[in-house]
Amino acid sequence: MFAWLNQIVQVSWMNLKNIPQRAGASLVIVVGIAGVVGVLTAILSMGAGFRATLGNAGFEDRAIVMRNGATSELSSGLSREQADVISGAPGIRRDANGKPIMAAELLVIADLPKASTGTLANAAVRGVQPGSFLLRPEVKITQGRMFNFGTREVIVGKQAAMQFSGLKLGSRIAFRDSDWSVVGIFEAGGSANESELWADAEVVQSTYRRNGFQSVSVALENKSALKTFKDALTADPRLQVKVSTMKQYFAAQSEVMSKLINVLGYSVGLIMAVGAIFGALNTMYAAISTRGREIATLRAIGFGAMPVLVSVLLEAELLALIGGAIGALLAYLLFNGYTAATLGSNFSQIAFDFRVTAALMGQGMVLALAIGLIGGFFPAWRATRLPVATALRAE
Amino acid sequence: MDALVSLVSIRNLVKTYQRGPEKIEVLHGIDLDIPRGDFVCLMGPSGSGKTTLLNLIGGLDSPTSGQIDFDGKRIDQMSSSKLTQWRANHIGFIFQSYNLLPMLSALKNVELPLLLTKLTAAQRRHNAEIALQLVGLKDRIKHKPSELSGGQQQRVAIARAIVSDPQLLVCDEPTGDLDRKSADEILSLLTQLNQEHGKSIIMVTHDPKAAEYAKRIVRLDKGTLVAASA
Repeated sequence: MFAWLNQIVQVSWMNLKNIPQRAGASLVIVVGIAGVVGVLTAILSMGAGFRATLGNAGFEDRAIVMRNGATSELSSGLSREQADVISGAPGIRRDANGKPIMAAELLVIADLPKASTGTLANAAVRGVQPGSFLLRPEVKITQGRMFNFGTREVIVGKQAAMQFSGLKLGSRIAFRDSDWSVVGIFEAGGSANESELWADAEVVQSTYRRNGFQSVSVALENKSALKTFKDALTADPRLQVKVSTMKQYFAAQSEVMSKLINVLGYSVGLIMAVGAIFGALNTMYAAISTRGREIATLRAIGFGAMPVLVSVLLEAELLALIGGAIGALLAYLLFNGYTAATLGSNFSQIAFDFRVTAALMGQGMVLALAIGLIGGFFPAWRATRLPVATALRAE
Repeated sequence: MDALVSLVSIRNLVKTYQRGPEKIEVLHGIDLDIPRGDFVCLMGPSGSGKTTLLNLIGGLDSPTSGQIDFDGKRIDQMSSSKLTQWRANHIGFIFQSYNLLPMLSALKNVELPLLLTKLTAAQRRHNAEIALQLVGLKDRIKHKPSELSGGQQQRVAIARAIVSDPQLLVCDEPTGDLDRKSADEILSLLTQLNQEHGKSIIMVTHDPKAAEYAKRIVRLDKGTLVAASA
């Protein structure tokens, strides 16, 4: 066993030291694998970023109430009376004055020009109440000020301000035949709320000629209070509603898009990986065939076929590892934090940052090693199966 | 000569190759003995089976039937891995095109067979230096093969072949790629190793001048031994 290991170490060390002398062939493997890992990681980072953005808005001690059967806020509807009934349910956390921390909100769409193309796109306008801010303490005004209730003033989420033109602090925007002033820019901990415009719910209602709301969000006393809250609402004959934690709600919202991105990512990654495997195979075959006589000489002298095989594989894996690391690093440097926008399930733009996470980079490295293993194994296997006497005569 | 006194004893050796659906018998029942300390030259026209016989004696290939004893031990029945180990301990190879590893220095090339032993790095280096000194290349130990002449490269190959002190040197056209002067130097070196260091040598060559250095010549034709001369 020791002799066997010793042979592996000796032959591998010799091979590795000589990689610079085979720079061209080695570079082809490294670049090919870097490309696969880079593209796969970048595509999947889109899904990770999208999930994180929607997931950020979801906390387990917050609940959202919508009409039964609604799949998103846009398809939901609750009357003022229903909102009042919900506010009296048990399980809602209360503020210092004993008032329930909750907000009945409506979500409407405004057509605004996109900053990138100038074409009109759907911007989400959320009509909020004072409770909306208590519910979401992560919302912070970073520029300007809070809007005054009862006026046509809006505050704009950080991502929305970047995605749409004309949403700079102090600018005036027109939608639904009315003029609105942008008085503040806010952040919301990287959540989907950052892609929205917030204004007084009552003013939004009057502008859009609506009476009711679309959802009621509440802060729960704690995670376990959800059951009390939910049971009370579902048992109430005046309400036909569904209750979910915000985490559940946003998970459901992001599901379709995440799946799409993952399917896209993995299928593109798979196609590229197959290409890279053949590329690596080709290169490794070429590399091994030029060293066929070297390998045969080593075997004639007394080195075993297995140590030679393992050493060639180690070389392939090292190159794959370097390629994988370069690909993952490039994906990180180029795409981590890159902002993109897509249509959310409320038919409004949701901006999100690509997230090149450690897990994704790890996944890329595993793929790189798999390509190296497959690409290296067959030529190495062939080289060591060839009879020594035949291989010694090979040119 | 029987197997007990011979270093190599070959009986009724047959080697058949499969080429597509066709079976080609290259050696047809060879009997041959090589005593210890012999320097035997295998000659014959191309395709006569010289290299096949040499490969079988050197353990690079296995016979289809027949028996090969080396120092009283049958090698024709050894598994591939046992044969590999056996080669490392008993045989030194010298090839026509030297087969040195191009990226290694002369010293590192010579050290190669010693990587399979338990010698320390210092001992390996010491033994390799002695072998290189013996072939007259002590001052070229750091040179890569591409920095050496053909004759010098073959000397390095000879140093590599003798560094682990094998009993038999198996030489396949060792002077085939060399000019006359370098060829004579290499053949003199082989003679010296045979006469002064007791190395048994079997050499395949087409060159009658090279064959003159051997103690005896064995001729093959179409896979059969046709004559042996002293």
